Amino acid sequence: MKTFLADIMAIFVGDAQADRIVPPTGFTARLTLFASGAMAFLAVFALALSLASGRLAQRWGQELAQSSTLRISAPVEQLAAQTAAALKVLETTPGVAEARALTAEEQRALLAPWFGPDLPVENLPIPQLISIEETSGGYDAAGLRLRLQAEVPGAILDDHTRWRKPLQQAASRLRLLGFVSIILIAAVTGTIITLAANAALAANARLIAVLRLVGAQDSYIAKAFVRRFTLRALSGAAVGTVVGLIAVLILPSAQDQGGFLTGLGFQGASWLWLVLLPILAAVVAFLATGAAARRTLSELR
Amino acid sequence: MIELDNIAYSYGGGELLSEVNLSIQPGDFYFLTGPSGAGKTTFMKLCYGELTPTSGQARLFGQDVRSMSRDDHAVTRRRIGVVHQDCQFLDHLPLADNVALPLAVSGRDDLENVSNLKELLGWVGLKERAKALPPELSGGERQRAALARAVIMSPDIILADEPTGNVDWEMSQRLLQLLLELNRMGKTVMIATHDMNLIRAAKSKVQARVLRIANRHVQLAGADL
Ligand SMILES: Nc1ncnc2c1ncn2[C@@H]1O[C@H](COP(=O)(O)OP(=O)(O)O)[C@@H](O)[C@H]1O
Ligand SMILES: [Mg+2]
Repeated sequence: MKTFLADIMAIFVGDAQADRIVPPTGFTARLTLFASGAMAFLAVFALALSLASGRLAQRWGQELAQSSTLRISAPVEQLAAQTAAALKVLETTPGVAEARALTAEEQRALLAPWFGPDLPVENLPIPQLISIEETSGGYDAAGLRLRLQAEVPGAILDDHTRWRKPLQQAASRLRLLGFVSIILIAAVTGTIITLAANAALAANARLIAVLRLVGAQDSYIAKAFVRRFTLRALSGAAVGTVVGLIAVLILPSAQDQGGFLTGLGFQGASWLWLVLLPILAAVVAFLATGAAARRTLSELR
Repeated sequence: MIELDNIAYSYGGGELLSEVNLSIQPGDFYFLTGPSGAGKTTFMKLCYGELTPTSGQARLFGQDVRSMSRDDHAVTRRRIGVVHQDCQFLDHLPLADNVALPLAVSGRDDLENVSNLKELLGWVGLKERAKALPPELSGGERQRAALARAVIMSPDIILADEPTGNVDWEMSQRLLQLLLELNRMGKTVMIATHDMNLIRAAKSKVQARVLRIANRHVQLAGADL
């Protein structure tokens, strides 16, 4: 690990002579720059997608943990009886952690924004609300509805957050897909850079032979190529990342409730991921070129 | 320094060299001669370890060539300066950088050595051509640059493969003069050539031994030249 770090440092410190010894080969240079730039550009979107769906999954997950409500609409004289019946049903429903009828004060507080604080709740045919706290496993909404239908005809189960459960799962899956994409992008980048490095090594066979003749060790020759490719990948990926970021930033801006598509973006610590992209590209290039160079050189006499 | 113990070499067909025995000592001055295609270049490559004998044992500075790693070979080549028959320059680098290449690849391109480089270029008369690219050089300039590169690491042995191959008589005299100076400084020198006049010119100035390749064998020629 220590020598690995030292090698990485040497790439940046460099030596001007070694740099000139390998002639800049236009084709492989452009290929490496373009590939790492394009791949970093794609990685920015995969990253944005991943982070946004991660945030979404988290937010929805929190909302899912909140309670659902049961609403009982009945003639005033039956309300208390139906409420009691509903509570009984809920108590015996698996997956319901707690069920509690809201008090008149709580109901009034809920309605206050619309009707003002002086509403005489007791005298109006206002439905009774029961708040339900689920266990983590959740309850079977369809089964509960059937039982309520039979025993509490005035009850309406409002599980407004439940429909989000599959969406939340989809969001988590999307986050995973985003990260898998980044890994695939890194792998493809490594493949392209390996091919480019092999092409450069083949094109410079005579140069390598001359260097060997004047006493160069394999590590010296490998370093000259590795340095080239690592710096190219780093700069290509840096440009690709910046361009990708600009593309993300000029998407229509996100509102709070803006949902998914407009939520693509980077917040807080997730900016650090962007910095990591060029570094990841450089590390991939470093490893890929090093392996290609060692393989090619060991096949030479 | 270089010991060849009953070695033979073949490129895959019949044996090109057979039963070669030679022990090169510090300060020796050798000529290697024989018709074109006899195996002079091959013999030189055996001497600096680029080729491994197909039979027999070659030792460079006491180390068996067969047991040497790639890095061992690299280090050995810093102790044996070779003037290649085809010079082997990097055409995109100016002459000065080509001459300094052995320093660069061994991490010895420090200030002191770089000032030695100027001196060395002066010694071979190429100070003014330091910035020229190899393809812009004449045959004689290339040969002198190749010699400068061969000696820049201050090697113990200098192997020169037809260093006067495509230069005129005056230039070949100059090159010989440079090699004689190196020998006087204690370096071992071996020159492959089929130029008998060059050998005669040298014989008056140095105790030179002449190796002749004939019928696949490398033999020490007598004084009769
Ligand atoms: N790499 C090689 N592969 C096969 N044959 C070779 C190779 N190099 C040289 N030869 C053959 O070996 C013989 C000797 O070559 P060489 O050592 O270059 O002779 P010289 O330097 O005396 O002219 C020649 O016949 C040449 O064709
Ligand atoms: Mg030859």
